Amino acid sequence: MTDRLRAAWNRLLAMFRSAPLDADLETEIAAHLEAATAENLRRGLSREEARRQALVRFGRVAGAMEEHRDARGLPALEAFRQDLAYSFRTLGRERSLACIVVAVLALGMGANVAVFSMVNAILLRPLPFRNPNRLVWFAGNEGQGGLSDQTYTVAAFEEFRRHNRSFQDVTSYQTFFSSIQYKLKGGDAPLPVVGVQVAENFFPLLGVEPALGRPFTAEECRRGGRGAVLLSHQFWQRQFGGDPSIIGRTLDIDASPADISGPVSVVGVLPASFDFGSIFSPGMQVDFYVPAYMDFWRGWGNTLAVLGRLKPGISLGEAQAEASALFPQLKAAHRDWYSDYKSRLSSLQERVSGKLRRSLLVLWCAVGLILLIVCINVSNLLLARTISRGKEFAMRTALGAGRGRLVRQLLTESLVLSGAGALLGLAVAWGITFYFARQSQLALPMLSTVRVDAAAFAWTALIAAVAGCVFGLAPAWRVSGGNLHDTLKDGGAGMTQGNRHERLRSALVISEVALACVLLVGAGLLLRSFLHLLDVDLGFVPAHVAAIPIEINDGGKIERRGPVLQEILRRVRALPGIEAAGLTDMLPLDRNRSWGLVSKENLDDRSQPHGAFVYVVSPGYLEAMGMRLRAGRDLSWQDRADTQPVFVINQAGARREWPGQDPIGRPAYGAGRGEARVVGVIDDVRESSLEERASVQIYIPMTQFDPEGAELVVRSRLPISAVEPPVLATLRSLNPGQPRTQFRAIREIVDHAVSPRRFLVLLVSCFAGFGLLLASLGIYGVISYSVSRQSQEIGIRMALGASGARVRLAVMGQTLRLTLAGVVIGGIASFAVARAIGSLLFGTEPGDPLVFAATMCLLAVIAVSAGQVPARRASRIDPISVLRGL
Amino acid sequence: MSKDRLELLQGTLDLMVLQTLTGMGPLHGYGIARRIEQVSGEEVLLNQGTIYASLVRLQQRGWISAEWGISENNRKAKFYAITRRGRSHLAHAAAYWRRLAGLMGRMFASPAEGAES
Repeated sequence: MTDRLRAAWNRLLAMFRSAPLDADLETEIAAHLEAATAENLRRGLSREEARRQALVRFGRVAGAMEEHRDARGLPALEAFRQDLAYSFRTLGRERSLACIVVAVLALGMGANVAVFSMVNAILLRPLPFRNPNRLVWFAGNEGQGGLSDQTYTVAAFEEFRRHNRSFQDVTSYQTFFSSIQYKLKGGDAPLPVVGVQVAENFFPLLGVEPALGRPFTAEECRRGGRGAVLLSHQFWQRQFGGDPSIIGRTLDIDASPADISGPVSVVGVLPASFDFGSIFSPGMQVDFYVPAYMDFWRGWGNTLAVLGRLKPGISLGEAQAEASALFPQLKAAHRDWYSDYKSRLSSLQERVSGKLRRSLLVLWCAVGLILLIVCINVSNLLLARTISRGKEFAMRTALGAGRGRLVRQLLTESLVLSGAGALLGLAVAWGITFYFARQSQLALPMLSTVRVDAAAFAWTALIAAVAGCVFGLAPAWRVSGGNLHDTLKDGGAGMTQGNRHERLRSALVISEVALACVLLVGAGLLLRSFLHLLDVDLGFVPAHVAAIPIEINDGGKIERRGPVLQEILRRVRALPGIEAAGLTDMLPLDRNRSWGLVSKENLDDRSQPHGAFVYVVSPGYLEAMGMRLRAGRDLSWQDRADTQPVFVINQAGARREWPGQDPIGRPAYGAGRGEARVVGVIDDVRESSLEERASVQIYIPMTQFDPEGAELVVRSRLPISAVEPPVLATLRSLNPGQPRTQFRAIREIVDHAVSPRRFLVLLVSCFAGFGLLLASLGIYGVISYSVSRQSQEIGIRMALGASGARVRLAVMGQTLRLTLAGVVIGGIASFAVARAIGSLLFGTEPGDPLVFAATMCLLAVIAVSAGQVPARRASRIDPISVLRGL
Repeated sequence: MSKDRLELLQGTLDLMVLQTLTGMGPLHGYGIARRIEQVSGEEVLLNQGTIYASLVRLQQRGWISAEWGISENNRKAKFYAITRRGRSHLAHAAAYWRRLAGLMGRMFASPAEGAES
């Protein structure tokens, strides 16, 4: 065995030393012949005969050398090396063609690798936890409704944790983390920071260990225990410059309304690989983690998100069955629970990326189609080249090259091209992923982990090899089927041969057009959906509105709040350029909370759900947001804690609770305030997403109810940068504790909500555009080749009286025939594809006639312009010079 | 070349070379080729050039070593010698050949059905 290995190694070495080894062999052979001749001379032969006999006994010198080379080296590899060298030589001769092919391939492969990297990061790569496939996400209320419907009370979480038998452990975190405003004190102004409250076993259950320091202790997780905080890696780097001595340092954190305030000590720093936002709340950056004091949250409603780790051997289905049985039992045992927690369990991976799977697969398919079009295009280019190289191949065949050898040569050339394209494509992909990984406003999970990694390299190698074989196939097939005699006979006009070439190339172009058609229809449908979405009546006007988180210094006393708020709004409205201002605790399409709304008449009706999204707002908020009052009045400063509780509802609420009646003045219950009266109805506001219809919403006066944080909303035509300093100065003058917060344009919030769709539409449209470009190049290539091949025929026809216009018409006719064939095939395929992406469409039918018609028109226009150039060239052929050339 | 000469089986030339080197000590390519011809009594169909592929193969396996030297007629020539590992391989191979040859001899000695007599 070692001898074999040694031999293999020596053979490999020998490949790189072939020149000195050949020289040695020649010396040896010369010595051999010399010795043989000398012996023959001694036997009495003449010098000439002695030499001749020596040569005869030796055999063919060239043959012996060939045998020697085969024995010492690796013949297959050697042949490949020759093919490679030859490929580089021939491609070097046709540099412009090689450049075009490589550039087209690089774009196609770059797009493919970039999309693969995204798919890999979001769908394929396991979550960065220990045994992530055992992690299960709990969605309360069967996953329906808002955040408050899908979460759990402390009691429900603790009871399930205690009694279940399917899970190793169950943990939770506080979902209303963005309702709690944390401020880091110590600088010139308090710094707003984002914190998440987690259960004690949160990090151990996920299998995330702090990179520095230690996790929370049980003592730190008890209410009234020692304050402790774990920093995220990014925050540690940003705020403390990655200083390792941070462990044990005390930070002064102020939080309302949670129970964590005052000095807390840093016990650890989490690893860079743990990004809470990218998994649980895409688009959000978390700065630190603090323990959730269960005793504090016990008095609250549904606020905990729950996840668990399955015991070994327990399947998700078994866990689901247990949860479905256990929660109702627990509910029966606890009279005070107001929900039966019908839970839907799913894997954490499903929860993170499930909704995106379809979009990403569509993207993956689109980019695959692009690669196919690229391959067909390159194939077409190479085919033209093969045809013009017909003589070279015929000559090589005549000199003894086997057909297999020629095919191998052509495939080597294709692989060289696809390899170069892949290398350049990797650079393209690296650029694209670098760009996207930094688009933090894009609401896609795991986006920050998108990168070109080893898997992407492997994928690149795979598609490069497949692509090389695919586009090398047609030319290679052509060569292997060629007729040596015909080609060598200088049969430039070998008509049958030419027709066969052309039929193959036409077929390629038709399929290219068909694929481009499919891509265009897909992109068109998605684009149309996106435009529909942007056209949706949001119920508010996002333009020129911005919001900034503020702190209300009313000392937590509701009776003092009215004057404080009034003063803030009065001063802000007095600033130049401010058209309207109001306050709310939550913005639409941002974070939300859902409680209930039920009319007095329906109080005992348990048959229908009574959920409602709750917003605690000031008078003037509706106007500032551009929400439209349908009936009744806005909230007013006269609605105080000591007056009649009131609220404004939306039309969805009016429809559900008072169908066909006027809800104004009607008594109803909601938000746990006892009986309150409806004073106004507004048009529906999309609160969760642009795609879904509005749910029931209620707006409660801030002067009657405690808000969860507060946002000052201003409408102004001035740019945010001009509005922010005076507003902040005003707020600071009213409240020195106002943190250094920043304005967010409401437009941005809307954009964030549509960002995944925008992302999909943008990419698919880019791909479709690229496909269209390639298809037009393909048409151009085939038509101009056929014109140049038929130039004699055209010349003769013109000499016989055909006009230029007529010739042009004939060429255009050929162009249109190709396009039409492609469009018909593509159109049929598009119907199937459109149906497959039906669930991704919004307000658009899969068979949308406008999209189909526009696609066909676009393809026709592109085809006509692509055929225009060769058609004009054909009509300018000079019959005289053609006839002379005959 | 006459028809009744033996065609060499795959690998047999390598063994002949090893055996020659064991008996004769270091030799150059021509010397080895001549020696094989002499021992075989001109029975082997051998283009002398073929020997060089065999030599490089054996060298790469580490069974023979090569050194440049001066031939009898004062030419620069490569001299080959068998190595220790070459000897041990030869011993194994020779034993195998003897067994195979013995077996084949017995097979053809026993009258079997369908065999040409």
